[in-house]
Amino acid sequence: MSEQGRAELLLEIADDELILGWRDSEWTGIAPFLEEDVAFSSIAQNEIGHARALYELAARDLGTTADELAFDRKPDEYRCSRLVELRLPGWEHTIARHYLYEEADAARLEQLKASDDPELAGLAEKIDREEAYHRMHAQMWFDRLQAEPRFVAALDELRPLVDLRDGHGEELTELWEQMTEVRRSQPAGTKW
Amino acid sequence: MIYEVFRQERKGQAFQHAGSIEAPDERFAEWYAREQYGRRGESTALWVVPREAVHEIDDFVDELNRNYHRVDGYPLKEKLKEARERAGTSRAPAGDR
Repeated sequence: MSEQGRAELLLEIADDELILGWRDSEWTGIAPFLEEDVAFSSIAQNEIGHARALYELAARDLGTTADELAFDRKPDEYRCSRLVELRLPGWEHTIARHYLYEEADAARLEQLKASDDPELAGLAEKIDREEAYHRMHAQMWFDRLQAEPRFVAALDELRPLVDLRDGHGEELTELWEQMTEVRRSQPAGTKW
Repeated sequence: MIYEVFRQERKGQAFQHAGSIEAPDERFAEWYAREQYGRRGESTALWVVPREAVHEIDDFVDELNRNYHRVDGYPLKEKLKEARERAGTSRAPAGDR
């Protein structure tokens, strides 16, 4: 894989993790009950941590920094899936997305772990050890909700979005505005 | 369901009560316990126990005031002093020596 190709792949995954982490963190303080609030917030934090590691590797290939990749691109330059950018105020939709994402991410990580690129394979190994707990969490919720018509409908509604990466909706622009607001309030090149 | 969580800080140490969590079943309880009491490297192991599995005992009958069973209740100091006085071997206060 060329450096450019590797960076593009890394950005795709990093953008997924950053945007999903951001969306999941919107449940902090308002999740259905306290224990789940702590758990889901922690998952959100982990995803953003994964995004950071992936951006750092991509930044090396592209001669830039993780922060610049994460926050200084325009919304239409993000390569994340349509699934992760949606603002989902319903818990059944959030859990359906969580389940679908973990399923797709697991397949992707398996491929990366088998890569001949030792940096890529090594990072995938590390991330996968944390994702294993996310998958466990998603599976527990799936097992509890699988007979709930609202959950089944949410899964059906969201499943087609998993692999959609061409073009974004209005919701990503709104999220981007929020996410980059503080950074944009300072001149470019500010040290954080 | 309420689960009680106990944590062990270092291998070989006694488990201590860490807190309680509410969870719909055992799997959730374990996941939440790990998240709340193990994520920061503060525990080497956890015990997660349904609250009803913990048998609480809080009645300790002592009708005859057998205070010698208690660690705080047996005034040995006073008794020793009296005995020394009787034997004429009472010692001067520590400060005078």
